[in-house]
Amino acid sequence: MANDVLTPEVAHHTEHHHHKETFWTKYVFSMDHKMIARQFLITGIVMGTIGMLMSILFRLQLAWPEQPFPILKFFLGKWASEGVMDPSMYLALVTIHGTIMVFFVLTAGLSGTFSNLLIPLQIGARDMASGFLNMLSYWFFFASSLVMVISLFVPDGPAAAGWTVYPPLSALPQAMPGSGTGMTLWLVSMTLFIVSSLLGGINYIVTVLNMRTKGMSMTRLPLTIWAFFVTAILGVLSFPVLLSAALLLLFDRSLGTSFYLSDIMIQGEVLSNTGGSPILYEHLFWFLGHPEVYIILLPALGITSEVISTMSRKPIFGYRAMVGSILAIAFLSFIVWGHHMFVTGMNPFLGSVFTFTTLLIAIPSAVKAFNYLTTLWKGNLQFSPAMLFSIGLVSTFITGGLTGIILGNSALDINVHDTYFVVAHFHIVMGLSAIFGMFAGIYHWFPKLFTRMMNRKLGYWHFWLTFISAYGVFFPMHFLGMSGLPRRYYTNTAFPMFDNLADINVVISVFAIAGGIAQLIFFYNFIYSAFRGPKAPQNPWKSNTLEWTTPVEHIHGNWPGEIPTVHRWAYDYSKPGAPEDFVPQTVPLSDEEKNTFHN
Amino acid sequence: MMTLIGIVTILLVLLVAWQLIRIAELSAEIKKENLTGLPNVKENDVQGKLLFGFLIFLMAGFLYTVVAWGPKVLPTPASVHGEKTEFLFYLSLGIITAAFLITQPILFYFSYKYRGIKGRKASYMEHNNKLELIWTLVPGAVLVLLISYGLATWVRIMNPKFDEDPIVIELYAKQFGWTARIAGEDNKLGYANARYIEDVNILGIDKNDPNGLDDIVVQNLIKIPVNKPIKLKMRSQDVIHSAYLPHFRLQMNCVPGAITEFSFIPNKTTAEMRNDPMVVRQVSEINNIRTAKGEDPYEFNYILLCNKICGSAHYNMQMVFEVVSEEEYKDWLKEQKTFAQSI
Ligand code: HEM
Ligand SMILES: [Cu+2]
Ligand SMILES: [Cu+2]
Repeated sequence: MANDVLTPEVAHHTEHHHHKETFWTKYVFSMDHKMIARQFLITGIVMGTIGMLMSILFRLQLAWPEQPFPILKFFLGKWASEGVMDPSMYLALVTIHGTIMVFFVLTAGLSGTFSNLLIPLQIGARDMASGFLNMLSYWFFFASSLVMVISLFVPDGPAAAGWTVYPPLSALPQAMPGSGTGMTLWLVSMTLFIVSSLLGGINYIVTVLNMRTKGMSMTRLPLTIWAFFVTAILGVLSFPVLLSAALLLLFDRSLGTSFYLSDIMIQGEVLSNTGGSPILYEHLFWFLGHPEVYIILLPALGITSEVISTMSRKPIFGYRAMVGSILAIAFLSFIVWGHHMFVTGMNPFLGSVFTFTTLLIAIPSAVKAFNYLTTLWKGNLQFSPAMLFSIGLVSTFITGGLTGIILGNSALDINVHDTYFVVAHFHIVMGLSAIFGMFAGIYHWFPKLFTRMMNRKLGYWHFWLTFISAYGVFFPMHFLGMSGLPRRYYTNTAFPMFDNLADINVVISVFAIAGGIAQLIFFYNFIYSAFRGPKAPQNPWKSNTLEWTTPVEHIHGNWPGEIPTVHRWAYDYSKPGAPEDFVPQTVPLSDEEKNTFHN
Repeated sequence: MMTLIGIVTILLVLLVAWQLIRIAELSAEIKKENLTGLPNVKENDVQGKLLFGFLIFLMAGFLYTVVAWGPKVLPTPASVHGEKTEFLFYLSLGIITAAFLITQPILFYFSYKYRGIKGRKASYMEHNNKLELIWTLVPGAVLVLLISYGLATWVRIMNPKFDEDPIVIELYAKQFGWTARIAGEDNKLGYANARYIEDVNILGIDKNDPNGLDDIVVQNLIKIPVNKPIKLKMRSQDVIHSAYLPHFRLQMNCVPGAITEFSFIPNKTTAEMRNDPMVVRQVSEINNIRTAKGEDPYEFNYILLCNKICGSAHYNMQMVFEVVSEEEYKDWLKEQKTFAQSI
């Protein structure tokens, strides 16, 4: 491989031909996609830490209600003055936890990082189509994160109406403390977030469509890129609808309109609003909300496809079926939103339609799961931490996906809707799978992000403790849900019928704390390796894709010379007749190979 | 005390984690091992075996939770439609459990079996149309079954046909409590709106609507007759709530500005349910816990809960539904004041 001769010295040399960079243009207002990827990642990790800490705080409350904890007093101050959390603060924590995890960590933190890093590197482009928009996208995200964090400190507390912020609860400041300033800031933050996500998404789409290197046809794209591409399309089509929902909510809150409000008496006061319907808000919200879960999940699945194939030293099984199922899932995800609204009084016929489309999604999902299993079959599995997290993802994707078959069936959802059964389902299928995919991506592409390697042994500890705690936290929640325990309850002690569930709640919280502590290993490994880890070799995982042909040190434009030409698909691992167990995409096809199915 | 134990545990675990990190680093330094990049053969062997070990943990955990916690789930449904959905629920649960018990072992067994130990070479296999067709069609067929069964059930629940006219009862939600209104002799609810709320007229019933005069308003407890169809109509005064009666497998949101409804036939009286073996077991488990804590004993009741986040006391909105014989219901009804009498 010609590119192998590119030592870091040569790369460094070429960098000097570029214009001089200051600290500000290099690290802060950078337009380089690799730096922007790092910025997204680090902001995402910081937000993730906040979200995780919140979950541990409210898990303390759920497992040991009425028990004072100094740590609650320390973090919550007047909201836990006796060391016992206030009920409105419980709801606020749950709300911000959900918002942060869904949007800030697993949308911006995941897509923002890996779409930015990998799209140019894997398709063979010098940067994103617009470096400037890309920079703006990060700074809108940063501003949005900042506003969300600031909202934690307003006197009445942050938004507390649940991450779905249904009106009228979220529309009326009288309805709960969090619906005052906290809610306004939540809306401002989300508006900035949507702008960020649109700027990013448009950029990703244009880059994938127009800037692929010679030979990189759509059918040769790595599955990561397919996933990021389709994710961006989902985002661009659905986030504007959330924006409109948020704007109408803003109008109802501040301008006295009645889009979502009708015939309300609150705190002894009769409101003049008539004719609106909160159900309209629910439709608008979930029109984004459901695609959103795939915006979270697809990039994780893309990363997993790449890692599992590389680390099994085997082609991904059923490439075309994988692309087909991504497209099918994406299409269906736009016509299933009503499954969140089966018991809103919606027309039952509509409910039937949504049941039908929802359960259809199980088919492409099953295809993906089986294709992963078959990729492992007869492989030569290399258990890097990234591979372990990918295997973890396949496991949680299956476990969580299966319970969707119950929730999607409207007749059954009547009884489990909004119970802990739902909390178990979405955490496993979306939360865990996507977090695992994100970890897999970080371990796998750390060399491309920070030019250094992460420690494998610590990665193993991190994986095992995380994986075991993850199941320990979320599997038991199914039983809570089947016992009829509603979610978003500050405590279950008001109903004696739930007294026998207390031990399950303790088990869950203990695992949650253990899982939280396990992340310390990751932080240590991440920070230490970023500064002191050993320098990455050119192609540490013996991978086929283009990012491993760029010099280890970051340079503007990615390749010092010409961008390499692509001659084959990304998955020629263990190809019979090849000298090694991988054949990079830059190696020309031999004559026999030209007639094969994948080339 | 608990707090102290908690803090000490956390500190200890932190210390252990930190020590582990140090040990890993030092031992690697001594052995001059490469701690980055692709794993070596020995690590692949160990991790492969650990993955198999995880399978055992997962299966054991699954069994344990089903045995230990399975008995805590909701008892037999107490409504006619609930019995239908219960069957579908356990059918679906059986199918997905089977899928879980097949796919997870495959995943971890493959991970173990094909771990990258010495001399292993992967096979080059990029697709197989026949296999892929099979695992598109098999889940497809199962889903067709579940969808058609589910939809048939759903349609019957949502558009019920009863032999007699259902008794109309309104459930009214507000921050933070429930009020019920029985439609009275004429079985018609009077018009109501938040605008008419004053003093004792807590539901805002229109005094000029004759249908409303015989309505009966109750709080905390409502009695309903067994084996009679009942049509619940939900309203809300302020924010969205959700009327959730888990024992009847019934739930419907209460949406301000709209009226939603759900019809059902309760088919077990409260007294009967108190003798249901599963309920008896659960109640005695709960009472063991309560006596240990010095709390009053618990007696089974059908409970109405709020199941849509509605504000700080969302966790505590309750009302008792007592299912009784028709005679007892009639007697009870006679004791209640009508709306006309109360204003
Ligand atoms: C650190 C591990 C985590 C724990 C222990 C945890 C636990 C919980 C619990 C107990 C709830 C409250 C359920 C309720 O009362 O309704 C909750 C809510 C939620 N969590 Fe997590 N969670 C974790 C990680 C995540 C992740 C990775 C995601 C990403 C998808 C996530 C997303 C959410 C969402 C969307 C909600 C709903 C918030 C709402 O009800 O408005 N969580 N979590
Ligand atoms: Cu959905
Ligand atoms: Cu409520």
